[in-house]
Amino acid sequence: MNRFLLPVGIFAALVALLGVGLTLNPREVPSPLIGKAAPHFELPQLHDSAKTFSEKDMLGKVWVLNVWASWCVSCREEHPVLLDLAKSGAVPIYGLNYKDRRPEGLGWLKNMGDPYQISAFDADGRVGIDYGVYGVPETYVIDKRGVIRYKRIGPLTTEIVKEKVLPLVQELGRG
Amino acid sequence: MAEPLVRALALAMLLAPGGWALAREAPPAAQDPVLEQRVMAISGELRCLVCQNQTIADSNAELAADLRKEVREKIRQGQSDREIIDFMVERYGDFVLYRPPFKATTLLLWLGPLLLLATGLTILFRRLAHPRVKGDVELTADERDRARRLLASKETGEG
Repeated sequence: MNRFLLPVGIFAALVALLGVGLTLNPREVPSPLIGKAAPHFELPQLHDSAKTFSEKDMLGKVWVLNVWASWCVSCREEHPVLLDLAKSGAVPIYGLNYKDRRPEGLGWLKNMGDPYQISAFDADGRVGIDYGVYGVPETYVIDKRGVIRYKRIGPLTTEIVKEKVLPLVQELGRG
Repeated sequence: MAEPLVRALALAMLLAPGGWALAREAPPAAQDPVLEQRVMAISGELRCLVCQNQTIADSNAELAADLRKEVREKIRQGQSDREIIDFMVERYGDFVLYRPPFKATTLLLWLGPLLLLATGLTILFRRLAHPRVKGDVELTADERDRARRLLASKETGEG
């Protein structure tokens, strides 16, 4: 009996280790941008190409930058969560319309509702590269000094908003 | 037989939540073969974050194509390989490197296999040096008798 204890123990430990590994999401790569200044951009706005939007416009405010596209399936899933967050008025949400076409992006907002104060239009995805975007939707929380404090890759959920985004926004709003 | 299966799969894919639909056709390579070779060499060092087990050079994902374009432009601007790779690491982290750097957080990754090998060899050599079963086992008269009977029955094919 005793001589089985060690191999079975090792096996159980291995199963536990691999089991934990299975629950992790390999797409959640820690972003090197957290704690760093939000990369600079100046892009035309989605609704009005004559006007621009830049991360500098937001200095002094805590805000959320959400990367979205009309072709992105998960954005559809995320959209109600963003609409709720916008309605709550807890934090202003700005959009980065990533590699989209203008009529399609505008059509999406018209059909599904527009949670964004402004959406910047990143047609070729260059700003997306600067923000390390690789799996739309992505969401950033940026503080008053323009530093990225949180990044979510993949759709926001009600739980994440409640447990991560809102507490962080509150904390940053005080500071 | 096959068709319902295909349909079921297609339906499952349609209904599956999430999904970062990003894959597209790879665009044709640019004209300059020397430049292109360098683009491919650098891209071969970078992981595509959409399909994580491919390099940017191998991947057909749209992001990989964009990043190859970015690499190409940076080469044209006269940046060194090092500068271009640093640019990617700044944005996507060490994970973007297909060959992870050797540093404190990756010690286990690099040394883990050696550690396992060393542990295995140690156990093996200990066992070889001090075998657990020592010498012959003395049988009692009863056991000897039983062994003889068992062997005999096997030879005659009875039991």
